[in-house]
Amino acid sequence: MNLTLKIWRQKNANDKGKLVDYKINDVSPDMSFLEMLDVLNEQLINKGDDPVAFDHDCREGICGMCSLYINGEAHGPDRGITTCQLHMRMFKDGDTIFIEPFRATAFPVIKDLVVDRTAFDRIQHAGGFISVNTSGNTIDANAIPINKHDADTAFEAATCIGCGACVASCKNSSAMLFVGAKVSQFALLPQGKVEATERVLNMVKQMDEEGFGNCTNTGACEVECPKGISLENIARMNREYLSASLKG
Amino acid sequence: MSGILNSSIGRKFAMALSAFFLMFFLLQHFAINVTSVFSADTFNETSHFMGTNPLIQYVLQPILLFGVIFHFVMGFVLEIKNKKARQISYAKNNGAANSSWMSRNMIWSGLAILAFMGLHFYDFWFPEINTKFIEGDMSGLLADGSGYRYYEELQHKFVDIWRVALYCIAFVFLALHLLHGFNSAFQSVGANNKYTKGLKGFGKAYAILIPLGFVIIALYHHFNHIS
Repeated sequence: MNLTLKIWRQKNANDKGKLVDYKINDVSPDMSFLEMLDVLNEQLINKGDDPVAFDHDCREGICGMCSLYINGEAHGPDRGITTCQLHMRMFKDGDTIFIEPFRATAFPVIKDLVVDRTAFDRIQHAGGFISVNTSGNTIDANAIPINKHDADTAFEAATCIGCGACVASCKNSSAMLFVGAKVSQFALLPQGKVEATERVLNMVKQMDEEGFGNCTNTGACEVECPKGISLENIARMNREYLSASLKG
Repeated sequence: MSGILNSSIGRKFAMALSAFFLMFFLLQHFAINVTSVFSADTFNETSHFMGTNPLIQYVLQPILLFGVIFHFVMGFVLEIKNKKARQISYAKNNGAANSSWMSRNMIWSGLAILAFMGLHFYDFWFPEINTKFIEGDMSGLLADGSGYRYYEELQHKFVDIWRVALYCIAFVFLALHLLHGFNSAFQSVGANNKYTKGLKGFGKAYAILIPLGFVIIALYHHFNHIS
């Protein structure tokens, strides 16, 4: 396949940035999207140009490191996958492909397609954990009976890889699907109930301080999420938050 | 509890509560208007009761006004905040791939409804307030005292085809707003459970049938008056 790529190039956080056109030929439909970018970068390096910076790590759809807004959608046009799992067979010979960074004020561009997603880390630090006594008296988690439905729902919420596609897809740049998943995975389990009140209040407070937008329930996040995190998690977080606010 | 309205979820919850209130009001408004199609007397008596009952006039009406203003102001505040959350737009964004047009354009359908409310208040609410509280005429009677004035006033307003057309267009925007807003309000208060699927169906029916009913009432009075 021969393709035209319109890639966002930005030297650093202070640079204005712009879309730059690149032609790439003989792309195999079996390549992953990131492999196609690797080939482009080899060509750029051979010409003495600056390669395109983009995030990636495991390339197995697990780590949540890859991002990219491809042809107007987070992780591209396929469903239930990350960018590293997107294959070039999703495109046609002669296509023009727009490749942009995830856009949100809370995700500032570092360089080209790489954005700073540490806002998610700070939200996690605010309450996305359980405090476990490690003094030698720790109770084996498997010794605590948990309803199967609750265990499954908590596990589904825990599959969130924190890639930020929800924020990138949301017209308001809201992070509520991410925070909803992180709140839910603990709210459903007995281990998480001890700190439930502070957890949801602190995580939502941090989310608001980071400058994410307000959720208007468009559902775009759920559709674009590579792990299929459900909007039910946002509803659960809303309930948890209102309940915690009344207690607090 | 303090500061709940300063949080994103608190604002969302307040928006949903005002939406529930307005959707209930809309249903009640429709129920009264529909009587005008079947019985002028029933419409007149109900309108007079609504227009003169102290509980409705001095307690519920101010709450309704507050609800309307709050919903609009909060809608604009949220829109401004959300714009700030993404200061650089995408060069290419395929919003239709993951969300409905209605959900992405609530601010525009809301603005159309706001413009309609200006016309509706000019047509009915301001003259009503003027008659009752400035001129002091609480009788609800026509100038010649031959009966209640409400049905006559309603018919008179719908003679002009352009006004009827504007009302019909506004109700299309109302339907679009409700098609997303009805179920969105339930999601905002945390109601996403086994009943959600059924509720979505009910929400769609409400969003289409109520505005359609208002359109039919407006057209009925237009054609009934000129025939």
